[in-house]
Amino acid sequence: MTYDVKVYVTLKEGVLDPQGSAVKNSLHHLGFEGVSDVRIGKVMTLRLEATEDTLHDYVKQMCDKLLANPVIEDYTYEAEEVVSS
Amino acid sequence: MKFAVIVFPGSNCDLDMFHAIKDELGEDVAYVWHDETNLDGFDAILLPGGFSYGDYLRSGAIARFSPIMKVVEEKAAAGVPILGVCNGFQVLLEAGLLPGAMRRNAKLSFICKQTRLQITNKTSLFTNSYHDTDTITIPVAHGEGNYYCDDDTLVSLKANNQIVFTYEEDVNGSVANIAGIMNEQGNVLGMMPHPERAVDALLGSADGLKLFQSIVKHWREQHAITS
Repeated sequence: MTYDVKVYVTLKEGVLDPQGSAVKNSLHHLGFEGVSDVRIGKVMTLRLEATEDTLHDYVKQMCDKLLANPVIEDYTYEAEEVVSS
Repeated sequence: MKFAVIVFPGSNCDLDMFHAIKDELGEDVAYVWHDETNLDGFDAILLPGGFSYGDYLRSGAIARFSPIMKVVEEKAAAGVPILGVCNGFQVLLEAGLLPGAMRRNAKLSFICKQTRLQITNKTSLFTNSYHDTDTITIPVAHGEGNYYCDDDTLVSLKANNQIVFTYEEDVNGSVANIAGIMNEQGNVLGMMPHPERAVDALLGSADGLKLFQSIVKHWREQHAITS
């Protein structure tokens, strides 16, 4: 089956995010005082072939090996089956 | 003594490293392309600064899967001295040869300037020639030099004397002002400042030369014992 997979990589809780802090300050300067935290991450979209059984392990291996650095980053993903029209 | 300078696509301090070894240190040195799978005959390995693979994804993340890195890992385990500077340090972190990870500089801007470093371990094979000084001047040039490790790792780095250099002042937000660390075995050093750019007074400082001299001194001592 073909899947569209969205991988979200973010810095772990507790790891200072300099980009997020800078954006938060900018939002405050623009008057959005209500924003108490900004975290910046990455979204990667992959199209891949896998079976329902192998999909999770396949994506997990890619994330653990290359897409995220487990020392400072967490990841989540969403997968959607591509339905041919 | 023969040094290898590993060249990744995007390395840009390889020439500086080569110059430092050949012309200032006066030792043998050769470039080794990242696709190579053999490092036999080399007594020390240098991973230079730059932007391996354009730093796409994360600094050093793609370079660590270059064929040569498998050999570098074997040589690290065998006790061969390995020095990673700047992007080379980032590659060593990504490869898991050193603990921790790099984040963007705390103030986000690229920093390029002379820094004062405290030598926090003078007995390492990389620092054994710095008898007469506690601090040295070495330049930094990086956008992602903000070293991170968790509290447990920091405790063990300190306990094992693995922190080799710290910045005298907060340069980039690094945990404990760390500028350079070694592995537990003491033969792999990663540092953000560029000693190869501080090997002649003309460059603003010659304080980096002793780092390379330390490696040679250590090698000569080892060589004398084993032969």
